[in-house]
Amino acid sequence: MMKALLALSRHIDALSAIVGHHVRWLILAAILVSAANAILRKVFDIGSNGWLELQWLLFGASFMLAGADTFRKNAHVRIDVLSSRFSKRTRDVIELLGHFFLLAPFSVVLLVLSWPYFVDSWQQGEVSSNAGGLPVWPAKFLIFAGMLLLVLQMVSEVIKRSAVLAGIMDEAAPQPVNGRSPSGAGPSGGHVE
Amino acid sequence: MIDLVAHNLAPLMFLALIGFLLLGYPVAFALAANGLLFFCIAVELSSYSNEISLSWPLLQMLPGRVLEVMRNDTLLAIPFFTFMGIVLERSGMAEDLLETIGQLFGPVRGGLAFAVILVGALLAATTGVVAASVMAMGLIALPIMLRHGYDRPVATGVITASGTLAQIIPPSLVLIVLADQLGRPVGDLYAGALIPGLMLAGLYCTYVAALAMFRPHLVPALPASARTLSGSAVPLLLLLLLAAAVALAAWHLIPSHGDQSMIWAVTLGCGFAYLAALADDVLRLNLLSDLSRRVIFVLVPPLGLIFLVLGTIFLGIATPTEGGAMGAVGALVLALARRRFDRATLSAALEATTRLSCFVIFILIGSRIFSLTFYGINGHVWVEELFLGLPGGAWGFLLAVNLLVFILGCFIDFFEIAFIVVPLLAPVASALGIDLVWFGIILAVNLQTSFLTPPFGFALFYMRSVAPSSPYSDKLTGRTVAGVSTAQIYWGAASFIILQVIMIAVVVLFPGLAITPAAPEVDPATIEIDIPPQPPDGTGGTEEGVPPPPSFD
Repeated sequence: MMKALLALSRHIDALSAIVGHHVRWLILAAILVSAANAILRKVFDIGSNGWLELQWLLFGASFMLAGADTFRKNAHVRIDVLSSRFSKRTRDVIELLGHFFLLAPFSVVLLVLSWPYFVDSWQQGEVSSNAGGLPVWPAKFLIFAGMLLLVLQMVSEVIKRSAVLAGIMDEAAPQPVNGRSPSGAGPSGGHVE
Repeated sequence: MIDLVAHNLAPLMFLALIGFLLLGYPVAFALAANGLLFFCIAVELSSYSNEISLSWPLLQMLPGRVLEVMRNDTLLAIPFFTFMGIVLERSGMAEDLLETIGQLFGPVRGGLAFAVILVGALLAATTGVVAASVMAMGLIALPIMLRHGYDRPVATGVITASGTLAQIIPPSLVLIVLADQLGRPVGDLYAGALIPGLMLAGLYCTYVAALAMFRPHLVPALPASARTLSGSAVPLLLLLLLAAAVALAAWHLIPSHGDQSMIWAVTLGCGFAYLAALADDVLRLNLLSDLSRRVIFVLVPPLGLIFLVLGTIFLGIATPTEGGAMGAVGALVLALARRRFDRATLSAALEATTRLSCFVIFILIGSRIFSLTFYGINGHVWVEELFLGLPGGAWGFLLAVNLLVFILGCFIDFFEIAFIVVPLLAPVASALGIDLVWFGIILAVNLQTSFLTPPFGFALFYMRSVAPSSPYSDKLTGRTVAGVSTAQIYWGAASFIILQVIMIAVVVLFPGLAITPAAPEVDPATIEIDIPPQPPDGTGGTEEGVPPPPSFD
């Protein structure tokens, strides 16, 4: 049983990792589109709302889709002023309960609500109110897709954390990507690496 | 009992939030969960209190709130400036700058410390990333400073503090986030932060100069033997004067296209200096000393880039988002030109950018869900009454807020403060007639200080990660040098924290430093008319001063 679950968890991790690996290029695309928009607007006085909307759509896609992988890498910021003093086991228990009572309500509610939100937009062929704007449904679909990935990743984290608590596995989360000690203040903002 | 809960829901929600956050679970999800939990409680209790204006159908608003975050053009500047900073870091710009400017100032007492402050300010003007500055300078400057007998706390303090300048000198991430939360244009905050940021660098320099005068043994000069580049700095000064003359002439001669001629003038001046140094080098004229040439070669490209980005933003030619995109492309071009950039480095830079912007935006999404409930139970009214009840009016408020943010900053990260605390304070500041740009700059200096304040000062952590903790043998002299203790790093920051506090007081006492005359606006006709369809519930609440309470529909 546990073996099958851990296999499932590995598959989910792989999915998140693949998506997380590739969405980074969307940022580059957003930069190039945005710079091109700026230069075209200034120098040739041409611009299009469609291309302007593409900027935020690309960035939106990158963070919505990277959310699960960021979670897998344990790179969402935590405040561990207090929790770093807890024992490892206490932290593991809090983590597992957190998945159920903190993350699950948010991700599942948003997942369920974003589906009709997207479907309505798709069926009506909703287009941005800006002249020459893009369809709105891709952005709405990204919310759904991002939440779907996040819920899946949550399932994987629950499996891994349970395995850790049951003593089957050593450590659920991958080592912090930026190599800072896990008892430090965690991967944090404004400062990369 | 139920009555009591229903009427005090906002304070309860806030207390619960603190509890949730302290669990150590990711902030973004704890915020959202707190919002959802109290949404349910509030709807169940709505018949007991007329302060609660929430109902189940309002839950449908959640995807819309996420979409709104996606469509936010301001936040787009976050990945752009982050990427720009990381690319410049990987291209070795900090190393080059420090090496040459260190050579330039080294022979003076305290010279290396001045070089660190100057390079810190230059790096700050190209990035909004503290880690890169502190680590790069710590790796290069610290060993040299230790080799020549700098006092350890002074050496580490000046490096960590100069690194945090990245958070106050535009284009800093703190300012982008604050602008978004205060509902003021990023350009205004950039303009407002420029003078306080430069003053802060000046304050650091004054401190080092004072040390050089009264405690010279703490900041010794480098012996002549430590210089590898020969020659005097006189030709450099002459060339710079000549370049300035070229720029001035160009400014007057080019048929005026308004502000654009200024850009051309500066570009020509920089280009002239660069070409002159290049010609001198290629033709072996040797009019310039080695030192002068090196300085021109390393200084001109970053200065050009700073001008391209900040200049165009300040002149109102580009929005901060556009400036960020062009800066990111410019940084890529520079890095490629220096041949220190390949696909793997690009991929790593993009990965770091994605990770940072992802967790930032997720905290924002969490805080939007929190605020949906918090405003729905009149939480903002509670906060307002709390702060308006303080003695001393606006001054009392500013004092309390600064103390609060300073203390919070010792423990939590500036993103959390900006997304959770600032939206609660902004309406109160408005109600007290406080200019929000000024308010934002005060907060920005305070949040910058949070990088230096123990126990959780991130700049201190970065310093620790690059400073040698055990004795090592110096590469050049072969002597054994003692390591730097953590206590020394923390002590080093102490004097700079005092300087920071002085700066906060200065900005509070002299609002004119931050509130500049309105910067020229980008012609609204030429940019996207992008007002996302606002759901009629006051979701713009956190951005527009006092928000209307959510209504039923």
